[in-house]
Amino acid sequence: MKLSEKRIITLVAAFALAFGVYPVANAMHIMEGYLPVQYCIVWGIVCLPFLVRGYFSIKKAVSQNRKSITLFAMVGAYIFIISSLKIPSVTGSCSHMTGTGLGAILFGPTAVSILGLIVLIFQAILLAHGGLTTLGANTFSMAIAGPLVSYGIYILCKKVKVNKRVGIFLAASIGDLFTYCVTSFQLAAAYPSDNGGITASFLKFLGVFAPTQIPLAIIEGILTVVIMIMLESYATSELIDIGYMKGEINNVKVK
Amino acid sequence: MSKSNKKTIIVLLLIVVVIAMVPLFTLKGAEFGGSDDAGSQAISEITGTDYQPWFTPVLETWIGGKLPAEIESLMFSLQTGLGAGVLFFFLGRYVERNKWQKKMCDKEAESPDSLN
Repeated sequence: MKLSEKRIITLVAAFALAFGVYPVANAMHIMEGYLPVQYCIVWGIVCLPFLVRGYFSIKKAVSQNRKSITLFAMVGAYIFIISSLKIPSVTGSCSHMTGTGLGAILFGPTAVSILGLIVLIFQAILLAHGGLTTLGANTFSMAIAGPLVSYGIYILCKKVKVNKRVGIFLAASIGDLFTYCVTSFQLAAAYPSDNGGITASFLKFLGVFAPTQIPLAIIEGILTVVIMIMLESYATSELIDIGYMKGEINNVKVK
Repeated sequence: MSKSNKKTIIVLLLIVVVIAMVPLFTLKGAEFGGSDDAGSQAISEITGTDYQPWFTPVLETWIGGKLPAEIESLMFSLQTGLGAGVLFFFLGRYVERNKWQKKMCDKEAESPDSLN
């Protein structure tokens, strides 16, 4: 990362810290107009440093290797597919997955934030799903907090040498679940219950989202493993280029 | 792709279909509304009043009413279609590239001099 880029990120981060009310970086789709104005603004500002860092990390990856832009497009496309599928769940209601785990594993957590933002803007404008006023909050939960957790779990699994596919599964599914935890928190912070405050509200919202999301998180984990198996078999040289795979595995002829 | 990988993928996809379809067949008569909507119901329960959103989705403002369910499903299919198109276009290219490279390698192994 260049010095000037570092400066911009620090500046934006300082700006976010100064204005961000919630020090706990906790907080899927909150509907248009369902979050009071001040919360919309706060969540929007909290997202900025991540988005800026994400923009620079994509720029860096693409300038180092132009071919990695194809993988970016594929990761973005994967989020498009996965977040458009509404799947019936055990609670009798439907929900959809986030799809951001794959990108977090391949490119790191901040690069995905830009891809997630694109999907959220698409859904907010054309599908009347999520919303422009709640864009900041939704971006934070789906495109920032979820991927951060996915990435953390993936790295952790790698460190303790868990089977790679199990690691990918855990990273994608827990990241998906965490997205909904953050959403519950965002709603709870805006609508604390009269008796019990934020905690009671949080548990209530979590009670709405979590049971629906658990089976879906498992599906997302499985689908992410499937896509990774395909990429590992057919896009080996690209995965080596972005540093996901090491080059020694009989890929001399592929390179 | 190796045979064991193919098998793994098929088994995994079957599990996905089962997880997704079981609720549909076991919970007869369930509404299967969106959990995002359930979220707004919870808001109404907490605040005690019917919550009125202070902003309507821009598309609904433009067309002057609620987005018809059929159009909404069209838009969702469009999203899926765009994603699937891009993802599998590139994946297809990778698959073909691997085939082609393998062919080149085999040729090279057969007659190493012919390429020089």
